[in-house]
Amino acid sequence: MRSVDVVIVGGGPAGLAAAVSAKKHGADSILMLERDASLGGILNQCIHSGFGLHRFKEELTGPEYADRYIKLVEELNIPYLLNTTVIDITRERKVTAVNSDDGVIEIQAGAIIIAAGCRERPAGAINIFGDRCAGIYTAGTAQKFVNIDGYMPGKKIIILGSGDIGLIMARRMTLEGAKVEAVIEIMPFSSGLNRNIVQCLNDFNIPLYLSHTITSVNGKERLESVVVSEVDKNLKPIKGTEREVECDTLLLSVGLLPENEMSKKADVVLSSITGGAIVNERFETSTPGIFACGNVLHVHDLVDYVSEESEHAAKYAVDFAGGRRYSPSDVEIKAGNGVRYTVPFKMSSKDIEDDLTIRFRVTGRFKDKKIRALINGEPVISRAEPALAPGEMQTVVIRKEKLEEQAEIKDIMVEVAD
Amino acid sequence: MTDVLIIGGGICGSTVARELSRYELSITVLEKGVDVSSGTSKANSGIVHAGFDAEPGTLKGKLNAKSNAMFDRLAKELDFPFRRSGALVLCFDEADMPKLEELKARGEKNGVEGLTIINRDELLKLEPNISDNAVAALYAPTSGIVCPYEMTMAFAENAVQNGAEFKFNEKAVSVSKDGEIFTVKTESGHEYKSKILINAAGLYADEINNMLSERKLKIQPRKGEYSLFDKAVFGFVNHTIFQLPTKLGKGVLVTPTVEGNMLIGPNAEDVDDKTDVSTTAEGHKEIFEKAELSVKNIPYKQIIKSFSGLRAHESGDDFIIGEAPDCENFINMAGIESPGLSSAPAIALMVVDIIKEKHSLRPKDKFNPCRRPVIRFRDLDNEERDRVIKENPAYGRIVCRCETVTEGEIIDAIHRPLGATTVEGIKRRTRAGLGRCQSGFCSPKLVEILARELGVDITEVRNSVNGSNILIGKDKLIGDIKDEKR
Repeated sequence: MRSVDVVIVGGGPAGLAAAVSAKKHGADSILMLERDASLGGILNQCIHSGFGLHRFKEELTGPEYADRYIKLVEELNIPYLLNTTVIDITRERKVTAVNSDDGVIEIQAGAIIIAAGCRERPAGAINIFGDRCAGIYTAGTAQKFVNIDGYMPGKKIIILGSGDIGLIMARRMTLEGAKVEAVIEIMPFSSGLNRNIVQCLNDFNIPLYLSHTITSVNGKERLESVVVSEVDKNLKPIKGTEREVECDTLLLSVGLLPENEMSKKADVVLSSITGGAIVNERFETSTPGIFACGNVLHVHDLVDYVSEESEHAAKYAVDFAGGRRYSPSDVEIKAGNGVRYTVPFKMSSKDIEDDLTIRFRVTGRFKDKKIRALINGEPVISRAEPALAPGEMQTVVIRKEKLEEQAEIKDIMVEVAD
Repeated sequence: MTDVLIIGGGICGSTVARELSRYELSITVLEKGVDVSSGTSKANSGIVHAGFDAEPGTLKGKLNAKSNAMFDRLAKELDFPFRRSGALVLCFDEADMPKLEELKARGEKNGVEGLTIINRDELLKLEPNISDNAVAALYAPTSGIVCPYEMTMAFAENAVQNGAEFKFNEKAVSVSKDGEIFTVKTESGHEYKSKILINAAGLYADEINNMLSERKLKIQPRKGEYSLFDKAVFGFVNHTIFQLPTKLGKGVLVTPTVEGNMLIGPNAEDVDDKTDVSTTAEGHKEIFEKAELSVKNIPYKQIIKSFSGLRAHESGDDFIIGEAPDCENFINMAGIESPGLSSAPAIALMVVDIIKEKHSLRPKDKFNPCRRPVIRFRDLDNEERDRVIKENPAYGRIVCRCETVTEGEIIDAIHRPLGATTVEGIKRRTRAGLGRCQSGFCSPKLVEILARELGVDITEVRNSVNGSNILIGKDKLIGDIKDEKR
């Protein structure tokens, strides 16, 4: 069995940033494992622009953003394997992967960084009733067909769910000559970024129906129509509001789920809210030496934050592989009023090395509120927010000095306040 | 001209084709779909019933337990997944205990072995998530679970290995008998002739029968809806859990599947349309409510797929197996609803015996009862995995991450006898795309591999039936279509 200091599962944006950071932090040996035929992950099919505004202060396409990191990986001679799928990870940090050239590969890792991304929630998971027909795809699958393979899945499109991929695909399909009839969203607000609603729907006169859902799909061979209904406050369809809309394709953008089946094999404890691992401020999971970052940890809105988070995780993974051990996480970071979750979930009150960056999402839409961070119930940060929405990830940073000046840290909380 | 024509490539047509392929006979199976197991056989509970439910004296009562006992050998010979998981019939009221005793006695009359009645404490040990209202249960250790389409496929493939022929896209539209010879005309304009005609047409068995016999049949499509759960809930239930009928009517089952998922359903709704496999909100509400009688805290968030299947219900409420009274050599396998999948192997033997009464069948010297085994990468240990990859590198490329299915398995599924020609065909043979992401990630790859291996354009690749194409054309083609319209 080979031994490697830091094994990185996934060569998408999280894995790439983690690999570069691990190298810069002095890891003796690194191996990045990517199941696809090229590095870059989902960025490769995101050919639209809007990436890198925070990270590089430029507007890049997905492939361009990935390329910045891939170049660094190449320059730094960081080893990676393509077409290689990890099939097992153990608590003892043994990684098993397979590919065509090497067969079954077994590696003992000093530390593991799980950067495996997320998957789309499928049709079966959201109780769309009706016929069994072709023509129903997740937005990401359609994106791959169109942007990578160069084929169109249909020409008269309905999109269910206003997640960012759905919005992006509404514009993409329109540019390719398809007619996007509407985007249907069951919630009274979109879960996508506001800029995407403006640039992908409004600019193309594509209607967005909020508080609506699809109650039936019809078609024997391919999809022929869907029935759209308005929903009440409890998200239940209102009888009498049904409207049949002709279409040959239904794209679903109804949520992303961190892919943690592998993590579970290594006893990593997951959050029922994010679907990702419960990590501390070093992005270490409940299994010592196994770290998580990117969309496998929690679904991000911007890749820029994925990169930042992953660089951070890699630094501590290198520490762990080098034998350094930190004191246990004794402080809970709580999601207060109006906050769905925080990442990290906990931290150590000793060994404070960095500013504490807390990322979180709010539970609904808010106007003219404050975001507050509290230590032991005392506000240490209070920031006015004219508008907050669940689609946009929020960040607060508590400075290292602020943490150090506390005699004792019992708990930390983030909340939306008046 | 063939000796035997079989109409229908579902479980009945496939099992009888395989059993007849033991003899020196020419056999042709006509299937209206693009693949075997395209109708009722692909969407059902996948239970190999123990055999306690049917009335003694009926064909269902006679054949079920006998057939159940054949499964260990069949699963081994034909290499399809099968597990004796055991079944429980829950009793929710002390007053209903006599009904449980009655069911046990009925089962014993039908030849079911090992039936015992267990109390709540014993039940809890077997099923920790059982409903608080369950007071006792009938335990049937011989009950099993199987993947219905893999089982059908296995029989069909073995039949082909032994010389039988399957014709797809061949919907029988007229059936007649002239002297001793049957003629079947199909929608595509072909004509098939045979000496013996077997009606295994499932939902359409009445239509076939009624063209030849004055003893009319009426098949009522009876829809059942199901929800399938992620493998993450493995162990939530360990046995197939039935219910004694309650005020809500006949219950639904909650069962592990042989692949490790969990399945709940079906309800029973008579429908008019023999192609109506739609799912409904009402139907799902009903199965959820009924399933909650059996188990508590059902993890609904883990549902990955909902589907419906149609049962071929005949008004006499029993299987109709045998030669039509007024049409010699025309043999019906009709009204094969639950426990039809369980009984199919025994039904096939019964049909062979019926034929033997009038015809002398000569056993084939080189009949091979074993299907060429399927490599299932996920079931191998790492040493075996390494070996198969070294032999064929395509087994080192994992295409479906959720079910761990390799490109090697997909290529094999396309090129085996009766190979896959559609995305669904690949799914049912390999399980690629049947996992938690429901082919979100792997479907572009499946389409690409199908096009490559079949030598067709990618836009010709279908999901399942004709007309269910996945892609409509190249990106820029859309522009061309628009130009044409102008």
